[in-house]
Amino acid sequence: MPEHLKTFEHKKRNWVGKPLKRKEDLRLLTGRGTFMDDIRLPDMKHAATLRSPYPHAWIKGINVSEALNFPGVRGILTGEDVAKMSNPFPVGVPVPPKYYCCAIDKVRFVGEPVAVVVADDRYVAEDALDLITVDYEPLPVVMDIEEAMSPEAPVLHDNIGSNIYSHRFFQYGDMDKAYKEADLVVKGKFHFPKYGSTPIETYGVIASYNPFSEEFVIYNNYQGPFVNHSLVAIALGIPENKMRWIVPTDIGGGFGTKTGLYPSIALIALAAKKTGMTVKWIEDRREHLLASATGTDRVTYMEAAVKKDGTILGLKDKAIDNTGGYIRAPEPGCAYRSTGNHTGGYQIRNLDREVLVVGTNKCLTAPNRGYTCQELYFSLERMIDLVASELGMDTAEIRFKNFIQPDQFPYTTATGGIYDAGDYQKVFQMALDKIDYKKMREEQRKAREQGRLMGIGFSTVVDPSVTNIAYVTLALTPEERAKGHPKSGSGEAVIIKMDPLGKVHVIACTNPQGQGHDTVISQIVADELGVHPDDVTVSNVVDTHDRVYSITTGSYSSRFSSVVTTAVVTAARRLTEKMLKIAAHLLEANVKELEIQEGKICVKGSPDKSMQMRHVAGTAHWNQAALPEGMDAGLYETCLYTMPTSQPPDELDRVNSSNTYGFMAEAIVVEVDPETGEVKILKWASVHDAGTILNPALLEGQVMGSCAHGLGGSLYEEWAYDENGQCITASFQDYLVPTAMEVPKIDIGHVEIPSPITALGSKGAGESSCMSVPACIGNAIADALAPLGVTISELPLSPNKIWHLIQKAKKKR
Amino acid sequence: MAGRRRITVKVNGVEYEREVDPKRLLVDFLRDDLELIGTHVGCEHGFCGACTVLFNGRSIRSCLMFAVQADGAEIMTVEGLAGDGKLHPLQEAFREHHALQCGFCTPGMLMVAYELLRDNPDPTEEEVRLAIAGVLCRCTGYKQIIDAVIAAAPKMRGK
Ligand code: FES
Ligand code: FES
Repeated sequence: MPEHLKTFEHKKRNWVGKPLKRKEDLRLLTGRGTFMDDIRLPDMKHAATLRSPYPHAWIKGINVSEALNFPGVRGILTGEDVAKMSNPFPVGVPVPPKYYCCAIDKVRFVGEPVAVVVADDRYVAEDALDLITVDYEPLPVVMDIEEAMSPEAPVLHDNIGSNIYSHRFFQYGDMDKAYKEADLVVKGKFHFPKYGSTPIETYGVIASYNPFSEEFVIYNNYQGPFVNHSLVAIALGIPENKMRWIVPTDIGGGFGTKTGLYPSIALIALAAKKTGMTVKWIEDRREHLLASATGTDRVTYMEAAVKKDGTILGLKDKAIDNTGGYIRAPEPGCAYRSTGNHTGGYQIRNLDREVLVVGTNKCLTAPNRGYTCQELYFSLERMIDLVASELGMDTAEIRFKNFIQPDQFPYTTATGGIYDAGDYQKVFQMALDKIDYKKMREEQRKAREQGRLMGIGFSTVVDPSVTNIAYVTLALTPEERAKGHPKSGSGEAVIIKMDPLGKVHVIACTNPQGQGHDTVISQIVADELGVHPDDVTVSNVVDTHDRVYSITTGSYSSRFSSVVTTAVVTAARRLTEKMLKIAAHLLEANVKELEIQEGKICVKGSPDKSMQMRHVAGTAHWNQAALPEGMDAGLYETCLYTMPTSQPPDELDRVNSSNTYGFMAEAIVVEVDPETGEVKILKWASVHDAGTILNPALLEGQVMGSCAHGLGGSLYEEWAYDENGQCITASFQDYLVPTAMEVPKIDIGHVEIPSPITALGSKGAGESSCMSVPACIGNAIADALAPLGVTISELPLSPNKIWHLIQKAKKKR
Repeated sequence: MAGRRRITVKVNGVEYEREVDPKRLLVDFLRDDLELIGTHVGCEHGFCGACTVLFNGRSIRSCLMFAVQADGAEIMTVEGLAGDGKLHPLQEAFREHHALQCGFCTPGMLMVAYELLRDNPDPTEEEVRLAIAGVLCRCTGYKQIIDAVIAAAPKMRGK
């Protein structure tokens, strides 16, 4: 840890660490939640969106007259209006494409909005869509990542002149030296698929516009970060304070996908402005599966320079991400987000990277639970296994050989990441013990003798949390950055108040989507203020006009457990400090002589000199003249905490792209049916170091959910297109989400290595296994198929795909 | 509007008489006409199960039925589970086992679990998995839901 940084002492706690039942459940279990579609405003009209059936086409004309005459239709917004009423969204690449919230003269993916109908009800709005005629002139499409870069490829955006949105080279350490010292170089190519997280609640927006005050009020289920509030204001050509966003109490899942909502917010806002009505739009599932957001698909070329003993001296990689028909914020973050942890849990000091972000005629992207760490670790962890197999080394042994050692923390990576705390050996060992590794290898030997395809896979990965917004500026060279405005930070805000009768209320803005933040906040506050969690209420909704928040606010990048918890503790300590000052004044004592005990503030050693805390609170509110001179009345304390480790990149492109770094080890044993290609999971251990555990029940839920999502990406989920650019997975019949039948038993374990830079020692956990499971399942299946000479370099591994790989290998022999 | 039909439906024990358009989906009728917003819509094409309600005692997807088809039927929704300010034992078990995160799939999950335990008071884990497999959950990975349903079984038997 850089010396000047503040570190926290961690003490034993009463409530934090207990599996407290959730406060949120009482409303959610009884049908009393408030989700986006549950919001009804007076005189609300309903929108339906006309979407492009073509992946790439000129729009030669749109005729809306018949639709406008349809009974119940109140107005129609088209690209022509959008071009007049708004601006393209800004995005951090050298030459931005002109990305508006609706297609203007060209469509670039199937599902791109072309027009919005506003009508008395949704049935009418949807029927009216059929009456709009659009004259399209289809264009050739480009669907493949690498073909998109070819000079012959159809160009999506004339103003860019190619399909490359972002391109950079990075050099860390001395890769030439690594090559010279290496005994061998191992090479691999990997293709990570395009998939999403399809929250069960889709996107939704209700917008209204007051033409006199020129203000928008917009309800939506956006999950943050609120940097996009600024971008929408810029797109709408209004000052930010003229646009109020309100997010209801409950969001039905986000997982990153709901960061892709903001263009729809702008679109419905314009529909409201044009029609002068309050307009509600609830996305349907088909729209979601065509045009919401996915993670990027990625092609990676990787080389590892290694010693015979398994030491990895350096890596060289070229990764090409695909953000689809346009590029929008927070992209090109996909390529830069994992910079600080690019070398994972290993002591790899030399790295050459080339990154490219390209466009094809596919749906656009957004962070997807794990935000490109699944892409990174699929290639890195597959690579580790390829190296092991080249060297005839055990796949567990090679990981132990290269891990960062426990006494090296805090550890600064070659790329600038500052890993706060960890014991990777311990975490991995627990995973090995849980599957009984030695015995499994023995069983595998026997299985192979019988011709059965059994495989054991690992992935051991660093889990970065709390994004430092600085990383986005890596899309610019150090010289370009020096000319612009630096960015950095990771802040979150809370307010704690004690009411006149001594109960506590916390006002937060964490925008949760089921993570149980209100419950954890009350556990933390209960410990800090010595009250019962039932005495703490939490209001946790977003309202950009009446909440304190930061531009980085939101629930994404697993930030709650590191940065919000620290903000809560800090605000609570400020409140305690103020109460002690008031009590000292009233008891005519020195603050240092005071202590808090069971709801009382007492003078140490004089039991008769004490005050109930609620009397202190009462004084602060009811008898303001009795307060110490110069003190503000009332009992409110605010903290907008930012991690001091969030610094801008340096001139060598090193950046601490996240702030706390957890660790995970997955160990999975599979058997593949050679006849059908079907994969059966025999054993699964998932061990996590998320630092101090805040609430074990909630943590188990997060880990299980992320494992299931990782499983989906490994075996089932793909946002698939045919060669003509049609999306072929636009319903849940084709886009396969794991059900209760597919998710196996998982043996979850925890190692708690507290982070010194968070108030409670907690690190992120919510995305975790989404990053590690695809690599682990890939490795397990590769190990199972190794006797056939099959290598695994892509996902999802559907039975069909595996069967074909087996057939191909058989033919070769 | 021409063609509107008058229907009578009993929901959670309360009888409602309403005029509806023949095209109106049952789920929209429940959510918008009766303002029972506990039932959720996740796909509108019969795959996610969020909209599941009990229709004459059997679980159905209310996005796949028209309101007019419910004329004369008895329906139970998530709002019908708890009574007198007390959670139903099934809801209690969901809370105890942290069987919900965002809560969006939860109404559908509760309905299929209720139906299962009513018909099969002592299900195996496999039977629970099968029963809830028609409801998609993106948050939980299902484990804690399965735990909750199994834990609720003896409590519901005792009820
Ligand atoms: S909304 Fe009915 S099954 Fe999805
Ligand atoms: S709890 Fe969120 S979808 Fe099930």
